[in-house]
Amino acid sequence: MLIALIADVHANREALTACLAHVRAQQADRCIFLGDHVNYGADPEWVVATIMDYVSAGSVAILGNHDAAVGQRRPSMAAPAQTALEWTRVQLGASHRAFLAGLPLTFEEDGRLFVHADATAPQRWNYVTDREDAARSLRATTSRITFCGHVHRPATYNLSPAGKVTAFEPAARVPVPLLPQRRWLAVIGSVGQPRDGNPAACYAMLDTRSDELTYFRVPYDVESAADKIRRAGLPDVLAERLRWGQ
Amino acid sequence: MGTMRGQATIRHPKGATIEGFVIGELIHMGGMALLCKVTRPDITLPILMKVPSLSEGEDPAAIVSFEMEQMILPRLSGIHVPKFIAAGDFPARPYIVMEQIAGHSLLDLLDRLPLPSPEVAAIGAKVATALHDLHCQHVIHLDVKPSNVVIRDTGEAALIDFGLSHHDQLPDLMDVQFRLPYGTAPYMAPEQVLGVRRDPRSDLFSLGVMLYFFSTGIRPFGDPKGKRGLSQRLWRDPVPPRKLRSDYPPYLQEIVLRCLEVDPARRHPTAAQLAFELSNPDQVKLTTRSERVRQDPWSAVIRRRFNPDFAPPVLQHAVAAQISKAPIVVVAIDLAEGSDALAEALLNTVKRILEIAPGARLACLNVLKQHRIELDRTLDEEGKSIHLKRLVELKHWAQPLALAEGRITHHVLEATDAAAALLDFARANHVDHIVLGARTDSTLRNILGSVSGEVVAKAPCTVTVVRPPRPIGCD
Repeated sequence: MLIALIADVHANREALTACLAHVRAQQADRCIFLGDHVNYGADPEWVVATIMDYVSAGSVAILGNHDAAVGQRRPSMAAPAQTALEWTRVQLGASHRAFLAGLPLTFEEDGRLFVHADATAPQRWNYVTDREDAARSLRATTSRITFCGHVHRPATYNLSPAGKVTAFEPAARVPVPLLPQRRWLAVIGSVGQPRDGNPAACYAMLDTRSDELTYFRVPYDVESAADKIRRAGLPDVLAERLRWGQ
Repeated sequence: MGTMRGQATIRHPKGATIEGFVIGELIHMGGMALLCKVTRPDITLPILMKVPSLSEGEDPAAIVSFEMEQMILPRLSGIHVPKFIAAGDFPARPYIVMEQIAGHSLLDLLDRLPLPSPEVAAIGAKVATALHDLHCQHVIHLDVKPSNVVIRDTGEAALIDFGLSHHDQLPDLMDVQFRLPYGTAPYMAPEQVLGVRRDPRSDLFSLGVMLYFFSTGIRPFGDPKGKRGLSQRLWRDPVPPRKLRSDYPPYLQEIVLRCLEVDPARRHPTAAQLAFELSNPDQVKLTTRSERVRQDPWSAVIRRRFNPDFAPPVLQHAVAAQISKAPIVVVAIDLAEGSDALAEALLNTVKRILEIAPGARLACLNVLKQHRIELDRTLDEEGKSIHLKRLVELKHWAQPLALAEGRITHHVLEATDAAAALLDFARANHVDHIVLGARTDSTLRNILGSVSGEVVAKAPCTVTVVRPPRPIGCD
């Protein structure tokens, strides 16, 4: 089975459209949306509606901190995120807000755990940015493979039977064999707001038969996405960072 | 070792069948793995099965290196590696089945050291060629030594055992795994001693150790034990081969000591460039390295030993980026044509290429046409003087490039077919880019055929055909 892993869309319609076209071309069986579907970008309503369609067709979506913040009265967020969040709330209809509020923190299937951030305490939204974080997250669960997002930079970690963690920066289009004798944590890069210096949307595909994970970088119309953010009156920094993938 | 040997043999008894493979005789039993011959009715190629030593108390590196090889080998292809056949499920039934290369191990040479210099250079060129192929496939071997090189019966060098290798696009399981650096003490590059695993030039150092050993019979850094002994190569330079053998050719000392430079940036930038030098001894730029007959004085060694900055810099670039910065570029110059405009256009194109590839080396080629019926003319004085005249003209053409001597070579090829000669040179020397001029005279092109056309069609690399700008309507 081919599973597309889609993280941190952040209401970027252009990026999600490009990735979903790429996913369809590979004939993936389903998508798993790893959270932070909204905020920052100019198309929260379209993005949530699209994910709802996918979920009703058998895909899975889980909750991210920005999705949770939509329903919270006083979420603690940095200034541009807070401004964008207030704007996002107004854009979303009741059914969209209800969908987001009903998303689970985690999803588990066949030894695979899907979670937005560090699995140690998913609702705390801690980042997995280095080997220590990865070791902590892996030791907190029994799943063989953990998939998460939240960091906006792709990375894979593995834990050997001897307890050592190796970090790896995956190259696009090169399948990484998830060796069965090790436990793995894959941080999926961001579709809608990459921060690793590469502005192309990032997602990954898991082939459950060969146990191989392949990251992809999909170019999309960054200019349009950035223009829409500006026209919506959202903070300029949110548009500008898309151009550079910062 | 004794107990493991017993267990391992019991685990894979001769005559048993594992997933279709019939187990044959045991070939090798090492600390990391055992190798036995196997057969399968549908495979005619001689094949081997490698099984890791997984028993309790064994070196934990055995498992990790087996995992690495199981990941890397299926992703490699070509004549310079054993062909991958199959792998078993890890950890239930770990094994790799691969081609048993028909040929001889370089280990067999150790009985008759030192070897004559031309033989050492020829072996070195083969191994460097194999390493270049490996590096182009994103893999750094990191354990180059005689027992890991097999010379095929067909003549090419093949590298075996990728258990300590690094693949640029796969997780490096050996990284951070162990306190001591893994490798083979006499051959390990200084940066490997410090834990750096992503510099392809580490393999050039190990090849340099091998060439030194083959040509002198002595290992340049001995066979040290422990990290302190290994670290000595960071500050103590080896005895120059010329001190050991007064007839040691300067070109070979130049190459070998360059391979053994502590700072990877001072070695050859790519294995292809090293292979080029080993195959073209008369084109090696000799520096003070080639003349050395003494090690550095103790004062220099002590200065290096206690200089905290004296450590190889950590390489940030991926293997592919490293290689692409240092291509071998060939420019073919048709001096007979006598077109100044074309010569200048070629010069400008080459300049641009060299600007974006600071590690590039340039080979300037001219083909001296031979007519089949008067082949023997080159033997006489007139032939020699034409050859020399062409060389002088080539050097004159390249002079405005102001390239350091080690980065440029000049070759006059004598051949009946210019395109075939260029193509042969490109294939033999792992050339990355050929630059040549288009024949301007269309009548001549119709009669003689287009050299550039044939080179473009058949070259194993990128080809740039240069044509000087000309006014519209002048064809």
